[in-house]
Amino acid sequence: MSAPSTGDIVARCQDLYEDLDFTAARQWKEAKKGRKVIGFMPVYIPREIIHAAGMLPLGILGGGDQLEVIHGDAYYQSYICRIPRSTIELGVTGRLDFVDGMLFPSICDVIRNLSGMWKVMFPRVYSRYFDVPQTYEDEIGGTFYVGEMTELRRDLEEIGGRKITDKALRGSIDVYNKNRRLIRRLYEARAQRPWQMPAWEVYLVVRAGMVLPVEAHSEIIEQYIAAALAEDKPVRDNSRVVLSGLFCEQPPLNLIKSLELSGCYVVDDDLLLVTRWLIGDVPLDGDPIYNLAQAFLHHSESTAAKYEPDQEEKGRYLVRAVKRTGAEGVIFTSPSFCDPALLDRPMLQSVLKSAGIPFIAFKYAENSGQMQPIREQAGTFADSIKLWSAA
Amino acid sequence: MKITISPKAVAKDVLKDASMKKQKEMMAEHFDRLADAGHTGAKVASTFVPGNLNELIMCFDLVNNLPEVNAIQSGMRRQSGAYVMEAEKAGHSEDVCTYVKSDIGMMAKGNIGPNGRKLPSPDVLLLSYTGCFTFMKWFELLREQFKCETIFLQTPYMADGTVTPNMVAYMVKQLKEDVIPKLERVSGVKFDIDRLREYLKKSAQAEDDLVYILQSARNKPSPIDAYFGGIYYIGPIFGAFRGTDDAIDYYRFLRQEVDQRIAAGLGPVTPDGPMEKEKYRLVVEGPPNYTNFRQFWKMFYEEGAVVVASSYTKVGGTYDFGFRHDPSRPLETLAEYCLGVYTNRSLPMRIDMLAAYVEEYEADGLLINSIKSCNSFSAGQLLIMREVEKRTGKPAAFIETDLVDPRYFSAANVKNRLESYFQMVEQKRGGAAKGVAA
Ligand code: SF4
Ligand code: SF4
Repeated sequence: MSAPSTGDIVARCQDLYEDLDFTAARQWKEAKKGRKVIGFMPVYIPREIIHAAGMLPLGILGGGDQLEVIHGDAYYQSYICRIPRSTIELGVTGRLDFVDGMLFPSICDVIRNLSGMWKVMFPRVYSRYFDVPQTYEDEIGGTFYVGEMTELRRDLEEIGGRKITDKALRGSIDVYNKNRRLIRRLYEARAQRPWQMPAWEVYLVVRAGMVLPVEAHSEIIEQYIAAALAEDKPVRDNSRVVLSGLFCEQPPLNLIKSLELSGCYVVDDDLLLVTRWLIGDVPLDGDPIYNLAQAFLHHSESTAAKYEPDQEEKGRYLVRAVKRTGAEGVIFTSPSFCDPALLDRPMLQSVLKSAGIPFIAFKYAENSGQMQPIREQAGTFADSIKLWSAA
Repeated sequence: MKITISPKAVAKDVLKDASMKKQKEMMAEHFDRLADAGHTGAKVASTFVPGNLNELIMCFDLVNNLPEVNAIQSGMRRQSGAYVMEAEKAGHSEDVCTYVKSDIGMMAKGNIGPNGRKLPSPDVLLLSYTGCFTFMKWFELLREQFKCETIFLQTPYMADGTVTPNMVAYMVKQLKEDVIPKLERVSGVKFDIDRLREYLKKSAQAEDDLVYILQSARNKPSPIDAYFGGIYYIGPIFGAFRGTDDAIDYYRFLRQEVDQRIAAGLGPVTPDGPMEKEKYRLVVEGPPNYTNFRQFWKMFYEEGAVVVASSYTKVGGTYDFGFRHDPSRPLETLAEYCLGVYTNRSLPMRIDMLAAYVEEYEADGLLINSIKSCNSFSAGQLLIMREVEKRTGKPAAFIETDLVDPRYFSAANVKNRLESYFQMVEQKRGGAAKGVAA
């Protein structure tokens, strides 16, 4: 059998992306009696614990631009972002009826309150707000986080009716380490040759990991990297940009496509951060929960949902991402009404300003249809970057 | 009982009430202390109302500055609109919390406090991260500006309606190993746990009276308005006075006045004098609008609507379910206080609380004032409304305003909605009466 082309791989990932009934996850569950599926929302969940319980972690990222939101709007005022209402729509319409539990990570007040709404609206489904430390001392935030993960472990043991052993956890950490390594390789490869790996393709390939078992996902990434690097695609005179602010509600696929059409190569982004939240491998020896806690405290990504204890470090990660990827500018694009992203933005912008890195900003909603203004803004930005660098 | 004296005359008398005078003096002194900090050498800690650790702050001789209260003051003095615009001009999004923008705009325009004097730059930011995500970003923004020490105290969210030992242990550890040593360093004052105990004892005393006052609204007519009036009543205890003798005096005076009003069968005091006839009893969820505070209140009392219980008067501490600061467990009690504030309560807990208020205070229903720029309160309020309505069988209504952004206060809209709501309440009563008769 010949290796699949990028077209084949991306088409499969796009099918998964568009399938609002989560057929792949349903099939996984039905394939063996007793299997359980645990849904989780952005921004980060230690999926290793779910995996070690023999369950499927399922990323729930709202309804995108294809879902007609009928019920969800009755639960939210117009001045609240879209992801909670489309997530409720998924729940109310029975699309999540096979999900055995829902995890709501600590990211913002909207998701936090949604965790309580879920309890009221779907009282028979296990739902848990997953708190994470915002203080990073081992003895303080670390101990608390070990406690939170231990509670989650116990809950999942109860749901699954079996112990989650340390051995199983180590095994799960191992497969997720591999997945994270592959995603990093994918990101690095794209930063080097963005014309070979369009941002929308990379997004779909990574997003497939939200619904597939991690092992199957890793295989897809490997195949995609191989196929994309083997294909020859023309290099365009695009500007290289980093995207910031897309860590929760998802942009429409068309938005990502529009950026490239308007002359930008995306060389880094903060999409689907759960897939690479932990930086570097989590050690396999020793206490696995402790190791996950250590990785969270000391080797994890920065984003607006996280407190930065050191003023000097505030926003530096973005400057580093620009340097690392050879980007020429940053596009801040975040969901309307997204508190974390929008409150953080001015601080990040002032760091970029002092570093002499150009940026622009605009907002989106997961169901934005009109791409023309975005295309124009991004196009003007890409042109001006070229002018600056030529000057 | 028939009241023969004119309401205006009573209003004047009431204005001279001991509690009000006391509160005025306290606030004036406080803002002077802040403004004088530059000369007196007093050090200043900025912190938040929910999770306000005033007793601990006082242990280090620090003066407590509350950016939220400054934003409220700016709103009441109708300056917040310009401040918000100033912040937006500087690049802040139109979508985010207007308290933050009012604060940032105020700083950009000279940081002038309500007494017309410049507020000091803080020496330390005590970020008590309780019940609102915005706090974290707000303090990062302040730190960027003031470049001073920032202490982060994380309060885990009470998502399952319970306080677990892991949560309390985490908070106590933060207090012991991080918050207190840093406060010692900034202030140069050694921590004395007995001093903390003393303050906590005083807090509990004032808290008893506060609860008495808030629960006096169970009377008919209610002697207080537990939302519009309540905002004044919570001022000292949610601000820089919890744990002081001043607070004890203030709440004692207030309690006596409430007792007098109960004895005289009087309703709440409004800016236009005592309310004459209580027609509607409401429970209100959500913060008020401050830019048009009087006008907003008037829409209620003109219709004879009194708020008998509100969630907003629990943002700086929930005391009516029994919590009191406990001097015998000084650090644990601070942790439990932070954990219990209204905004740190899960949505099901909020529903329980509001439904219980409707029952206990024999209210006609629930009114939600949804704040455009406050996700912590607003996200989920429509479900809260439906659930409370379902559980109590009483009608609920929804209005939308903003805290300190005057652009989002539409008097006509609010008035319309309120009027229809009162009609709904009447209909429900009519229906109930018919039901009884049938
Ligand atoms: S889009 Fe932003 S505000 Fe909305 S749920 Fe996500 S993080 Fe919260
Ligand atoms: S609780 Fe609401 S109003 Fe208060 S700071 Fe948070 S977002 Fe702003």
